[in-house]
This record gives sequence, structure tokens and C-alpha cells, in this order.
Amino acid sequence: MAVTLDQTIAQKQHTFLSRLFANQTFWVVIAVILACLFLSFATDAFATQKNLFNITRNITFVAIVALGMTFVIITGGIDLSVGSVLCLCSMVLAVTMHAGYSIEIGILATIVTALAIGAFNGVLIAYLGFPPFVVTLGMLSVARSLAMVASNNTVVFQFGPDHQKLLALGGGAWVFGIANPVLYMIILALITGFILRWTKFGRHIFAIGGNEHAATLTGVPVKQIKVAVYMISALSAGLAGIIQTGWLGAVTTNLGTGMELQVIAATVIGGANLAGGVGTAIGAIVGAALIEVIRNSLGLLGINAFWQGTFIGGAIILAVLFDRIRNFRRSD
Amino acid sequence: MSVLELANISKHFGAIQAVNDVSFSLEAGEVVGLMGDNGAGKSTLVKMIAGNFRPSHGTMHLEGKEIVMHKPAEARQHGIEIVHQDLALCNNLTAAANVYLGRELRRGIGPFRILDYASMYKRAGQLFAELKSETRPRDLVKQMSGGQRQAVAIARTMLSQAKIVLMDEPTAAISVRQVAEVLNLIRHLRDQGIAVVLISHRMPDVFDVADRVIVMRRGRKVADKKIALSSPEEVTGLITGAIEQVA
Repeated sequence: MAVTLDQTIAQKQHTFLSRLFANQTFWVVIAVILACLFLSFATDAFATQKNLFNITRNITFVAIVALGMTFVIITGGIDLSVGSVLCLCSMVLAVTMHAGYSIEIGILATIVTALAIGAFNGVLIAYLGFPPFVVTLGMLSVARSLAMVASNNTVVFQFGPDHQKLLALGGGAWVFGIANPVLYMIILALITGFILRWTKFGRHIFAIGGNEHAATLTGVPVKQIKVAVYMISALSAGLAGIIQTGWLGAVTTNLGTGMELQVIAATVIGGANLAGGVGTAIGAIVGAALIEVIRNSLGLLGINAFWQGTFIGGAIILAVLFDRIRNFRRSD
Repeated sequence: MSVLELANISKHFGAIQAVNDVSFSLEAGEVVGLMGDNGAGKSTLVKMIAGNFRPSHGTMHLEGKEIVMHKPAEARQHGIEIVHQDLALCNNLTAAANVYLGRELRRGIGPFRILDYASMYKRAGQLFAELKSETRPRDLVKQMSGGQRQAVAIARTMLSQAKIVLMDEPTAAISVRQVAEVLNLIRHLRDQGIAVVLISHRMPDVFDVADRVIVMRRGRKVADKKIALSSPEEVTGLITGAIEQVA
């Protein structure tokens, strides 16, 4: 029987399974699960409630910032300032509340700070054509310095009248004993996933990363969207800062140092492509999870902590290697 | 009545006269080949029709009404679509997503509106079927052949009721078989009553598909005649300047 044109057009080339196996995020999930299984048998300390609680909570700060970073990386940009922005935002929150203002005002001030920084980065990149690497590298330095100025380089650990509320916000476990930061992470991941998959904004972000020139020619508001993604990235750093402040109960000016690299590593391990056009919310979370599990396991297995960087770096290279191998096969 | 009527259109960039006093008209269901050497003013002329540039002098009438356009989106609203030379496709998106890029369909109420994947796949599939192109709406453009990519770019122009489609070098960088495919796509647009302007360097393509040929040299229109009354030799002469001008 001849195949008609309509049948060809209606045909779906990929089944659910073939798409799953071609997905980097899926393999990272498998790696995380295997690592967890191995560790549960190899060590007594891994599968304890306390350790799992610790791991899930440690994942969240990197993961929340990685969610914001995912937007930027999909457009083909990069944001190196997130670690410093997280510190500055925590410091704004701490200083505002320490001065006697309520937690609501403190959070408002923090969010305004984050959005302002993101808008500054975004306008320079989108409207003045600065390379994202340079702008956000500059902001990395500026934001940390401003955090030192704001606090006079001291540790802030008293948060005024709403001190307890802030600690409960970050350190509590309001639902089913799940740590609050984990809940926030899940909610933010759902929102991110929804935006990327179901909104026009999300579609346009992918279009910009795929072919910015084409996006411009077809009437996508490229410049506005670029500003928005840097604002989202800074906002995610700000939110992580608020939560981390509540969890730690103190803010120092070295909070979030080097975090940008962990965050970028998490998104890349999770399947985002630094060249743009590819990335998912679940990938950001899974990438952050793999990094944390590696870190945790090295400690539990009694391996010298100095090896940590080697293993995490190896995971980054390995994740991208799989992607390259798939692409080689496709181009044959 | 002509679909589009250009009268004494000129465009200069500083001291450079890119297009000089060009007038012509387009009829519905007509394919016009626009030819000329590099720098002859073809692209500038087309960009004025597509709303990228405003003419320095002269007027444009669309179906008898004068139009003044400030940006490409306005040209689109008037029913003027363009297929860019590089096709303006995003490799990381599906065919359907590319067709609808910048004018995605959404469903829902008020501000709570989500992308309407089902409708976009369906309509894109219908357009590909109309174009007789074996292109699957759900496939990524990355994996597609040159002809399929052209089909995606052309399907874009058929989303709204286009009156004029401008095609910038659609056959420049594709295989022989795919050229035939693209010429068929052009005939298909013509059969629907759309006026097509085909910018091309390739003489055989223009003589194959066009009804009329307009030749430009140094910003001026030097010929505007029926394909049947011309010949590739004559057009080559007009492009290079060996023949000064024909009526």
C-alpha cells in the first residue's frame, strides 16, 4: 500500500521511550539513583533520615539559582554574578531587618535589589550589546563589594523584631517534615517548567538561543526578553539568598563565593547547552542533585575532601561527553 | 487593479543612491523575477516593500490605498510576507514552532493563556500538505533537508492571508532536486492568487517559474518585460550593462 503524503506528515518519528533514552537528563537521573543505591549499601550513614534531609536541603540553594540560570543559558547567555548577587541580597535582607524593619519590608527590599541588578545586567547586554560574560563578571565584583559596604564587612546574625519568622521561613519544615527550602525549590521548578513549556515567553527564549537573528526577523521582542531573563536569574539568586539567610541564621560577606560555577555546572550536567537553545527545569535540579550526591558520598566514603573538585569536574566533562557522542552519531 | 503599485521609489543612504526612481506594479497570481548584479539595488527595493526601510522618495499603493510602513510587522499586517535568504529558522525548534514563531497560537482566558500545541501542529500539518511537502510538524528543523526548510519558511507566509510574498534567493544554496521542490512551492503560492517576487541570481529558475522579469542595474530599473518576450541572453546583457535598457 502506498503511503500518502498525509500519513507521512502525521507520522510521529519518535516514541516516548526513544525520546527518553536520547535525553541527557534521563541518564543523569539514572546516575544519581545508582549512586544513591550504591551508597545505601556501601555506607551506613547515607540512607539515614538526617543525611537525606541534609542532602535535599543542600541541593536546594544551588538548584534554585540554577533554575534562574537555565533561562539565561537557554538564550545563549551566561550570568557569572549570581553568587555575589546572592550575597548582596542576603546582606540587604539582614541589614534591613537588623535596622528594625519587618520581614515583609526586608524581603521587598531584597527583591527590588535583585531585580535592579538583573535589569542593569540585561540592559547593558541587550540594548548596548555588551558581552554577557564581561557584564556579569563586572557585577560579580561589584555586588560582593556592595555587600561588604552594606555590612561594613561584619557578620550579621540578629534580624530585629522578626528574627524568629525569618529563621522559620528558611529553617522550618511546614509540610510533611520536608525542609522548607526543598518545598520552595519544587514550587519554583514547577513554575520554571511551566514557563518554558507552555508560555509564549518560554518559546521565545528557546528561539533566541536557537537563532537570535531569526527571532528578530520574525518579530520576537528579543531585547526585552533578554533583559527579562537576566532579571529572572538575579531574582532566583535573591530568593535563594533569602532562604539561605533564614536557614543559616547569619550572613557573612563570603556567602555564595564560587557558587556561580556550581550553578553553571548543575545546569550543564542537567543537559543545558552553553551555546544556547537547550535546557530544562528538571535538568537544573537533577544536575544540582548529582553534584551534591558526589560531594556527600566522598565524605561518607572517607575519601579526602581535596578530591571533591576532581570528581565534580569529571562529572561535568562526562555529562558533556555523552552529549558529544550522541551528536557524532547523528552527524554520521 | 494591481495588488502593489510602486511609483518613483528612490532610496539613498547618505550620498549613495541605492534605488533610483523605480516604478512597477504587481498583479495577483503573478510571479515576477527580480534580477540584477550584486549592489544593483534588489535587496534595498525588497526591504522597502517589506517595511525594513522607508523610501526617501516615491509612494507605494496596496490595492489602491497608499501605505507607509515603519517596521516589518506593519508590512505583515498589510499582507506582505517575506522569506529571508537565510530562511530565519531556529534549528532547535520543531517545524510547527518555526512556522508560528512570533505569532504563536494560545488558548485560555485573559492573562492565563498557554501555548496551543495541538492547533499549531494541526494547522502546520495542513500547510505542509497544501505545499505537497513531506515535512512533519513535530520534527526539529535541525534534521531537515534544504527543501523541507524552505517549506517551513514558506508555510510561515501562508498563516495569514498574504497578498504578496517576497522571496530572497530561495534557491541559492540547495541541491538540484530541492530547487525543483522550491519552484513547485512558488507555483503553488501563485495558484492561490498570491503575487510572488522572486529575487534570484539563477537564470534558469527565473525563466522556469516567472511570468515577468524586472532587471535592475545601479539602482535603476532597466527592463520590465514578459518572460516569453525575453531570453536569458538578453537578461544577462541587461544585468552586466552590455544592453543599456529595453522598453
